[in-house]
Amino acid sequence: MSAKPKLYYFDGRGKMESIRWLLAAAGVEFEEEFLETRDQYEKLLQGGSLLFQQVPMVEMDGMRMVQTRAILSYIAAKYNLYGKDLKERALIDMYVGGTDDLMGFILMFPFLSAEDKEKQRALIVEKATSRYFPVYEKVLKDHGQDFLIGNNFSWADVHLLEAILMVEEKKSDVLLGFPQLQAFKARISSIPTIKKFLEPGSQRKPVPDDKYVETVRRVLRMYYNIKAN
Amino acid sequence: MVEMDGMRMVQTRAILSYIAAKYNLYGKDLKERALIDMYVGGTDDLMGFILMFPFLSAEDKEKQRALIVEKATSRYFPVYEKVLKDHGQDFLVGNNFSWADVHLLEAILMVEEKKSDVLLGFPQLQAFKARISSIPTIKKFLEPGSQRKPVPDDKYVETVRRVLRMYYNIKAN
Repeated sequence: MSAKPKLYYFDGRGKMESIRWLLAAAGVEFEEEFLETRDQYEKLLQGGSLLFQQVPMVEMDGMRMVQTRAILSYIAAKYNLYGKDLKERALIDMYVGGTDDLMGFILMFPFLSAEDKEKQRALIVEKATSRYFPVYEKVLKDHGQDFLIGNNFSWADVHLLEAILMVEEKKSDVLLGFPQLQAFKARISSIPTIKKFLEPGSQRKPVPDDKYVETVRRVLRMYYNIKAN
Repeated sequence: MVEMDGMRMVQTRAILSYIAAKYNLYGKDLKERALIDMYVGGTDDLMGFILMFPFLSAEDKEKQRALIVEKATSRYFPVYEKVLKDHGQDFLVGNNFSWADVHLLEAILMVEEKKSDVLLGFPQLQAFKARISSIPTIKKFLEPGSQRKPVPDDKYVETVRRVLRMYYNIKAN
């Protein structure tokens, strides 16, 4: 096992993208092995590397970690992006839970039929603007600080930026009416590690396309239709 | 939503993590916590198949029941069976009672409600179930009169639909 964390996933966003964001934000270099063939996946399975037969899987610190939330929590705690005490951690978990739910509506998007995509796009924007963004807007407005929690950069800030950018890809002016979030987006984007991750050539993955969908379906033999929310 | 320690906590995972940490059921260090999070993630995924069950049509319920049993016996139970077999300890992580043990017991009991003999072929889990069920606090929770809730019925489904105005059809996995 190398010293750098090694990420096992498809060459695309999916559930691994939040992990890439967090490692990048923490300034941690990582390697990636991209699943392209069914064979590769079966080798990983037979080797016993995938606890529940699923990816994401991250090899790091002598562990083969699975379960996205477990991996993210470990990274956040290890790199001091998880608040200073139990209560701050609870707040971070709450906020991340929200952005996770919001991004969950986008996760399945590439797998939907063209008709369902339009319905889902509307749903994503509706949830973002009526349920999630107002919460973070208010949090920032109420305390007037640069970061969501404890006046310190944390996992919650990284996750919210990721969510904002993903929703903007569905509706570019979605932050109209959210001045705090607009300022937050500019601020967090200018943090050196984040700025670097946002530049071309980084390990950030692009918006998923048909090739990504085909790869996932082929490797996982997941040919059934995904239904919209 | 849970009101506790001056907070109004939402997000199930956030609430559970807070409680686990506060009451020392989250392992002794970061790596044990990661292991607990992984195991809980598995039982959470498994119970996720059961969560929507009461809201399904009768036809979808039969399909879902089969799916639940299949996932339990081919993906999830074998993992915990192997963990227990490999280290031979009483608890899943760090030779100490943790959130992972509680969550696994809950999952086992829920799957058994869908197929009562589902633990056939999982001797470690059978012993685990007996062991954890006999822990005094758990034993008490399993007795009639505790705050443990029964298998969801139509009345529960109606209430959720009415309160949340959630009248659309839930589709099976």
